[in-house]
Amino acid sequence: MSARRRSTAAALLTLAVAIATLAGCADKKDDKAGSADAVTVNATDSACEVSKTSVPAGHVMLDISNKGSKTTEVYVYGDGDKIITERENIGPGTKATIDAEIKAGSYEIACKPGMVGDGIRQKITVTGEGGASAAADPRLAGAVDAYRKYAQEQADTTIPAVEAFAAAIKAGDVEKAKSLYAASRTGWERTEPVAESFGDVDPKTDTREDKVEAGKEWTGWHKLEKSLWADAKIGDDEKKLADQLVNDLKDWQKKIPSAEITATSMANGAKELLDEVATNKITGEEDRYSHTDLADFQANVEGAQKAYELLKPVAAEKDPELSKTLDSEFAAIQALLAKYKQADGTFTSYDKVAQAERKTFSDAVNSLGEPLSKLAAAVVAK
Amino acid sequence: MDAENEQQNGTPAGTDAAAPRSAVSRRAVIGWAGAGVALGAAAVGSVAAATRQDDPAPAPAAASGAEVPFYGDHQAGIATPVQDRLHFAAFDVSEKATRESLVKMLKEWTKAAAAMTGGREVGTGAATGLPEAPPDDTGEALGLPASRLTITIGFGPSLFEKSGPDGQPVDRFGLKAKRPEALIDLPAFPGDKLDPLRSGGDLCIQACADDPQVAVHAIRNLARIGMGTVSIRWSQLGFGKTSSTTPDAQTPRNLMGFKDGTHNIAGTDTAKLSDHVWAASGDGPDWMTGGSYLVARRIRMHIETWDRTSLKEQEDVFGRTKGEGAPFGKVKEHDDPDLKAMPADSHVALAHPDANNGLMILRRGFSFTDGTDGLGRLDAGLFFLAYQRDTRKAFVPLQQRLAGSDKLNEYIQHVGSAHFACPAGVRKPGEWWGQALFG
Repeated sequence: MSARRRSTAAALLTLAVAIATLAGCADKKDDKAGSADAVTVNATDSACEVSKTSVPAGHVMLDISNKGSKTTEVYVYGDGDKIITERENIGPGTKATIDAEIKAGSYEIACKPGMVGDGIRQKITVTGEGGASAAADPRLAGAVDAYRKYAQEQADTTIPAVEAFAAAIKAGDVEKAKSLYAASRTGWERTEPVAESFGDVDPKTDTREDKVEAGKEWTGWHKLEKSLWADAKIGDDEKKLADQLVNDLKDWQKKIPSAEITATSMANGAKELLDEVATNKITGEEDRYSHTDLADFQANVEGAQKAYELLKPVAAEKDPELSKTLDSEFAAIQALLAKYKQADGTFTSYDKVAQAERKTFSDAVNSLGEPLSKLAAAVVAK
Repeated sequence: MDAENEQQNGTPAGTDAAAPRSAVSRRAVIGWAGAGVALGAAAVGSVAAATRQDDPAPAPAAASGAEVPFYGDHQAGIATPVQDRLHFAAFDVSEKATRESLVKMLKEWTKAAAAMTGGREVGTGAATGLPEAPPDDTGEALGLPASRLTITIGFGPSLFEKSGPDGQPVDRFGLKAKRPEALIDLPAFPGDKLDPLRSGGDLCIQACADDPQVAVHAIRNLARIGMGTVSIRWSQLGFGKTSSTTPDAQTPRNLMGFKDGTHNIAGTDTAKLSDHVWAASGDGPDWMTGGSYLVARRIRMHIETWDRTSLKEQEDVFGRTKGEGAPFGKVKEHDDPDLKAMPADSHVALAHPDANNGLMILRRGFSFTDGTDGLGRLDAGLFFLAYQRDTRKAFVPLQQRLAGSDKLNEYIQHVGSAHFACPAGVRKPGEWWGQALFG
């Protein structure tokens, strides 16, 4: 893999405006509708009464009652009438709620009886810092520390494994080298998003032939994989490449303490590990000569699960429904992978996995990847 | 394709204030809010969409961007005037899905379908959500009008009973007792060359719109919502409707260059719809009353051999003239056919209601061209969609007859097949697809 955008942007803790619907928020137990925190909006055919004109930034609820005879709409406008959130088609005598994430600033609430015109407007001030709980949960800092430790452990255990792989190559032992190839990649595959954040390590160690830039030499695992499986030979070049792989990976090992890791990048990294599986492993492109894709697949899933488990105390509290889904999807994909694990710990060669089975894998990756993509927002937002 | 001069029936789909969502109109997002017409949301329960246009003359439907009401006694997308584009998808329910997770998904699907057919974004929209979260709506329909999008759901035989690993049927969701007798496993017809990967499915979604991007957007968003519960088994894009349900409009042509659907059931012919299309009370289980049975067949055309066929032979195959579409021995397309004047094995002579005791199906097919087949030939044909009150009494006998002796068989091959029970419509917000079946 390689040549992908660098993943770890610093966590953006200031939130843009979000309209939260029941689809997104039903499971969160912080529903303020009907509570003292909500802004009551009484809309009639000629008025738009707002119970308060100042609310703290963050989660803002509007409790709307249409007491008029016409169907109405309620909008929250920002500068230059930018629509922050809106609710159309509120029938006469009905109620509706708007649930939005709003940053500090000046806004206008507009009721539009008859759903036409600029509406009857009320100014409202949103006070305070940003839109989210900028004071990050201390548990997240703990999760980040634990994850850095995990990433370091993965690198530390990779070095002896890759040294053994390199030693077999330097001894000219094709069969032995083949048997050590997949295991030498496990730690790397578990923490790949962190490795990619360094920019230069990944292209040198984990690039596939079709991704090599013009004028650049192809180095790393996959070049050796081709030599071992496709060419079944070890020459001087391969021995040099084996040494270089060890050195490049030691470089990676040294860099981990300086990696920029945040709760957001952890959660996004988990999602990216599933993206890796979806785009490279499911298709059999990653290990096209050795067909050890399932070993990489397993490592990607383990790394994603580790990141999730560390964030889970916060996720389970903020979005219990999501957390429950992730628990069951991780269990399902692990159970599916277990079916392909042999007694000696290796996996079924991927060229022996039929198209219909690959679809089962693909569906499982979609089933997990989709909710996993919601983890970052669940742990850092609100 | 020619746009049809078609006036919308029924009411514009209004969103309902009780629907628990912040429904953002796609067009409002790009700053057209306040242009009441552009919002396309009239008050709930108002009538006559034409009142939304200052000009009482109906606009060409394809250009109007109009909404087709989502709520009603019957599902939209059956008797609805046929749109220009199709994206059809068949889904399989995943092994780990439960009845509860399936119901939950159907409720979410219904909400999303109501939003999209109303020209609104799914969930929290495409570009306004939390920066750390992927947007709920995939976004490619932002700023596009509703484009007469209809989204129609159907349930396949395998949802009710699926063959298990030991070959024994399994009732996965406690629905076996509710399987309509009419929802048969279609028999094999002579000449079928069905690809299992293009056939069957536990569920289907038919998305039709005048804009292909809107139709694809609908399938894509439902597939995404369904992840973890269902996955796409196969899908089909279609263009250039091959049958119209609007007899006053110009009859469209299929890829063989012949007018198709001259004698189709009109979407406004309530008597014929009741007789031939809608399942009536007592026909089968109550949950299907007001619904219809859909047969989907992917029919590959041997385009290249057809194109080197003489005009006389082509016309003999159909029993109609190529230019006008007139039945043999008559002058005009809509003249009553004299079946005896046609070759006995011509398509029309065999398929016409007069030759089948008045049997009629509502055809709603589309042309397709899915690239080439690697042998230098277009992978093209007709994606045949037919709705009927009882498949056993309609498509099956008709196709048995055609498969046996239709002259057209030399130039076509059925390569995909599926059968679905499409329930009655969702009548109001808060109801959901399959409620009568699962409820």
